[in-house]
Amino acid sequence: MSDAKKINPRPLSPHLQVYRPQLTSVMSILHRATGFSMAVGTMMIVWMLVAAASGVEAYDTFQWFVGTVIGKLMIFGWSAAAFYHLCNGVRHLFWDMGYLFKIENAYKAGYLVLAAAALLLALFWWLLCGGAA
Amino acid sequence: MKLKWEDDGTFKSSLARARGLGAAHMGVTHWWHQRLTAVANIPLMLWLVWSVLQMQGWSYEIFTAWLAQPVNAILMILSLLSVFYHAALGSQVIAEDYIHHEGLKIFKLIGMRLFFIGAAVASIFSVLKIAFAG
Repeated sequence: MSDAKKINPRPLSPHLQVYRPQLTSVMSILHRATGFSMAVGTMMIVWMLVAAASGVEAYDTFQWFVGTVIGKLMIFGWSAAAFYHLCNGVRHLFWDMGYLFKIENAYKAGYLVLAAAALLLALFWWLLCGGAA
Repeated sequence: MKLKWEDDGTFKSSLARARGLGAAHMGVTHWWHQRLTAVANIPLMLWLVWSVLQMQGWSYEIFTAWLAQPVNAILMILSLLSVFYHAALGSQVIAEDYIHHEGLKIFKLIGMRLFFIGAAVASIFSVLKIAFAG
């Protein structure tokens, strides 16, 4: 260790090779992963809107792609990421307001988020497959 | 010994402390805007998800007629603004945390900003074109 580091013992990040994952740490990195993949996935919305503004042919190409297996998988990924990020985002907002800081409560809210996200995802796909009709 | 990040403001003027803008002169703007757009995203995304549910197999005519309605066009533009701004702020934090090469980091930060601005302009223009010109 250099002298500069001895004088300024800055906090270190966890070493991932020897770090045991916990619900809180996994959910934390998942929040980033889902957020970033949704940022990429938003390009589907851009494609949809630009295609609709360009004309029938471009729009039909988009609709065809959405109907393919890859398109359906992308919608599944997008919906799963969206519901997780939405629910866990609300958990983050509670932290910002100063609640749920007790480890016990952070875990309880974590399980609640997972359950709510799974429920919303199931509801979304049930409706998408014509469940209400 | 006092550590660097334990600065109590001795070297700051009273005005600098009151402004609270920090070294980057932005203060908590980034953090605050991320929260503002997060709260805005909650109803907007629920609306978008609900709309996507209806859109399955919509023809070109039905889709453009739906988007041309003022309520849908307005909510779509608000969603695009809030989502792309939130995405730009979030991606920025990820790049700042994980890219350690200074030149590459700045390149990525500028590139991502321009990318999200481009995506937002393209999609908002498309909504306006459908709404005004059919």
